[in-house]
Amino acid sequence: MSDATHTGPLAHHFETLEQQNETSAIGMWAFLVQEVMFFGGMFACYIVYRHMYPTAFLEGSAHLDPLLGGINTAVLLGSSLTMALAVRAAQLGKRGQTALLIGATVVLGLVFFGVKYFEYAEKWHHGLVPGLHWAPTGNPDPHLHIFFALYFIMTGMHALHMVIGFVLMAFVGVRALRGRYSPENYIGVEVLGLYWHFVDLVWIFLFPLLYLLSAHLGGGAH
Amino acid sequence: MTAASKQHASTKESNYLTAGYGVRSWLLTVDHKRIALLYLISLTTFFSVGGLFAVLIRLELLTPQGDLFQSETYNKLFTMHGIFMVFFFLVPSIPAVLGNFFLPLMIGARDVAFPKLNLLSWYVYAAGGLVTLFAMFAGGVDTGWTFYAPYSSTYANSHVILAALGIFITGFSSILTGVNFIATTHRMRAPGLTWMRLPLFVWANYATSLIMVLGTPVIAVTILLVAIERLLHVGIFDPALGGDPILFQHLFWFYSHPAVYIMILPGMGVMSEIVACFTRKRIFGYKIVAMSSLAIAILGFLVWGHHMFVSGQSMYAGFVFSLLSMLVAVPSAIKVFNWTATMYRGSITFATPMLYALGFIGLFTIGGLTGIFLAAMALDIHVHDTYFVVAHFHYVMVGGMVMAYLGGLHFYWPKMFGRMYHEGLAKVAAVMIFIGFNLTFFPQFLLGYLGMPRRYHVYDEDFQVLNVLSTAGASVLGLGFALPICYLIFSLKFGKKVGDNPWDAAGLEWTISSPPYEHNFHEIPEVTEEAYDYGKREAARV
Repeated sequence: MSDATHTGPLAHHFETLEQQNETSAIGMWAFLVQEVMFFGGMFACYIVYRHMYPTAFLEGSAHLDPLLGGINTAVLLGSSLTMALAVRAAQLGKRGQTALLIGATVVLGLVFFGVKYFEYAEKWHHGLVPGLHWAPTGNPDPHLHIFFALYFIMTGMHALHMVIGFVLMAFVGVRALRGRYSPENYIGVEVLGLYWHFVDLVWIFLFPLLYLLSAHLGGGAH
Repeated sequence: MTAASKQHASTKESNYLTAGYGVRSWLLTVDHKRIALLYLISLTTFFSVGGLFAVLIRLELLTPQGDLFQSETYNKLFTMHGIFMVFFFLVPSIPAVLGNFFLPLMIGARDVAFPKLNLLSWYVYAAGGLVTLFAMFAGGVDTGWTFYAPYSSTYANSHVILAALGIFITGFSSILTGVNFIATTHRMRAPGLTWMRLPLFVWANYATSLIMVLGTPVIAVTILLVAIERLLHVGIFDPALGGDPILFQHLFWFYSHPAVYIMILPGMGVMSEIVACFTRKRIFGYKIVAMSSLAIAILGFLVWGHHMFVSGQSMYAGFVFSLLSMLVAVPSAIKVFNWTATMYRGSITFATPMLYALGFIGLFTIGGLTGIFLAAMALDIHVHDTYFVVAHFHYVMVGGMVMAYLGGLHFYWPKMFGRMYHEGLAKVAAVMIFIGFNLTFFPQFLLGYLGMPRRYHVYDEDFQVLNVLSTAGASVLGLGFALPICYLIFSLKFGKKVGDNPWDAAGLEWTISSPPYEHNFHEIPEVTEEAYDYGKREAARV
């Protein structure tokens, strides 16, 4: 009678480690589908308002620095690489390396935050934060605030997801150090990786939609 | 089901109710059965709160004048009624209580895929409920449960953000339950339990979970945007600030229409279980009933625009949404026809669960058919925002889902607690609910057709007779709902003890003890047959 109390990494309600791993993975995938819909709602708003106020979006995008955005894109892609390597290290059973690579991912995430802080501060300085400090200079498009409202909501939600990622990484990183993962049981690191890649992917959409509009469309108009 | 005999070997073993005592053992439990009971208690509480608002609404509507409440108070009454009933009772109801309890039992698993997440979902649900209750005591909300912008985001002078926060939080509970059920259904099935052998209750909850995972995040982000607009006065939905209020309606109904199917699909799953058991037959057209659940989940996402026929959306969008809305009636109708066909030449017993099931078939059919009226654009413009709409969705939500919920609760009660309720009282309650329900809501179809608008507490004197009838019906209905609460609680202590399978029903959940052991199965059973194997059972009996 293989009764309900297993020991070790296998939880009581699973029969095999394989089943437990597959279940965790499918759970994370289902959760990510949910995330797609969550950001999808915001992207839907973006599409509608960009269609309604194309000039405001062009002008707003010109206020953003594609170079800083580009740097952050590279930083996040780099963090996805370290994350992928962390999963690999966990597969190979290298606990120190796993924790180190997860730590590197956190550091890259913090670099992203540093750049983001610089960008936000600059927007504040120029009075481009709708609702809190809105005083754009010159002759702004009457709907410029909608672009910036979406900019802050979308990048803010993305940043919140990164913060949640940091918390998860701290948790998984400590567990990795304590040797809770093995080549047979590294699903915790793997689903963390899935989550982080998703957060990265959201940024891959945000970057061109927010930063590159004026470089792309504005450039064509000259 | 070879393990059945072994399961009985140690009858003295503690079940899930006696596995631990004290508040701590309940509040920190990760047992899906205990979590289901936590949900049962909290859902009953919120149902009662929502019901209380309904009582006040019906009292006010006894007379054409506004004698009990101001318009502002009345607005809050129907808003709080809607919010509690939709978000805190109907959406979680069957999945959170019966789904949590029986999904693992039906598929031969020891628990859901993520037991801790399951407990978290209850805490999240309870937290959201408390925030909303707090909003109620702080003064309530008056936007209607639909939170239409820009009224909600700019003009409403009530606790919109608090209530929205409560709903936002509770949304996570839906999402977690959905994720959990999807992973459970995919990976926790017992050996031999293929998809086409799954009980239809599992199929229905699986389809529901898909909607929860795909839809709920959209309402979450919509509510968030309303709160941001209200808090910071940035333009998102308010046209005065350059926003688009129609976009709010699109986003809102993109969730809230599929949510209607969250609120009916699990009921349809319960229906299949009850109808099969009390007609002693396999469900007619099993595969198509299973697939129709998925069809409803998918088509349900393509019909939201029928809430917006008079919103100013494009006429062509109106055509398409109208057509698709009529299409989604097809899988629902398939289910009704197939339950009816199952009953044909079956040996029907009129036990309490079956009474609810029969009630469901009649009431849901009326609710569904009037839905087709509403999907027809020309007719919808006549009855839009009238009591016709109110009657329609109450026939689906109460006549459908609440009937199925009560039916399911009566069907599974002996399994959950090992004791039987008083059958005579239960039958009286079922009949009272059926009569009370029809008396409450059928007059509202007439009222709506005659032109009485919803959401007003003062109405034309010509409408009084029908309103008095409706309030009289609501009184009977209220008593009908109070009865089960009494005799079910009574049965916990004094009900007659029953065996493991009092209904002689098919399914893995009936092969284990009543109440079930803490970890359900000592040995994971192996399934060799299709679901609803009643034919063989009946043959064996002869």
